[in-house]
Amino acid sequence: MHVNYMEVIRKRYENLGYQAYRWFVADDHPPWTPLRKKLSECKLGLLSTSGAYALGQIAYHYKDDSTVREIPSNTQPDDLRFSHITENYLVNPRKDPNCILPTETLHTLVRKKVVQSLADTVFSCMGGTYSQRRVKDEIAPEILKNFKRQDIDCALLVAM
Amino acid sequence: MCLIARHLEANGIPTLCLGSAFDILSAGLPPRAMFVDYPLGHSAGKPFDRVDQEYIVRSALNGFNSLKKPGQIGVIDSDWGSVDWKNDASATAGEDTRQPRDTRPQYQFEEDRIAAEKI
Repeated sequence: MHVNYMEVIRKRYENLGYQAYRWFVADDHPPWTPLRKKLSECKLGLLSTSGAYALGQIAYHYKDDSTVREIPSNTQPDDLRFSHITENYLVNPRKDPNCILPTETLHTLVRKKVVQSLADTVFSCMGGTYSQRRVKDEIAPEILKNFKRQDIDCALLVAM
Repeated sequence: MCLIARHLEANGIPTLCLGSAFDILSAGLPPRAMFVDYPLGHSAGKPFDRVDQEYIVRSALNGFNSLKKPGQIGVIDSDWGSVDWKNDASATAGEDTRQPRDTRPQYQFEEDRIAAEKI
């Protein structure tokens, strides 16, 4: 049985006297772009919504931060950091970033020819942005612009 | 993440979402999604378990080939090994686990702040 996070969080906030959390619930079919190459011929882009940043970069703040970090994909795990409004989920990613920002895993899969390449930089944002408007109007277009610049063939998005 | 995936896909980039919250993926309906039944924070595998991590990410990427219908969610058959975490994750009582909604950067370590402010 899967955890019903939406219902659990609704009830938890209700018990604490908070305003009801408004989840995004799609009311239409998602758009679709077919993959036109074999995966093994694709340049892959990566986005993690875990609030990852590299040493030397500015951390995220916890009030609807809609900024994006660009992180070299060969950054050493010791130089990767995380800040996310739900810090309780970061205990293990802070020890091994590959739990949630799988750059080393993807480099392995490039060596094994599962994908042709991983973009030189990967992206992160803080998924704990409550404003759907800011996600749509600020984060999503910024990620699109960056992925277009990288000329990737497809993107892996890893959720917190 | 679902909103971002939809935006990318609408603008010509095929996406694959990898996540550990089945209900959130089902509600957000991204174009393609792969679900792994792990605690949040581990969508790409268990810490320091390279075999597990590779299996999950490889399985996720295979979704580009196996998922044919918009909104379909595939399931990765990895096993966390115990279900104790689900009791905590399902608790509806207790304190708020979120951090305060502060506009100051929340550095993991003080050295991060020093390094960022030098640049």
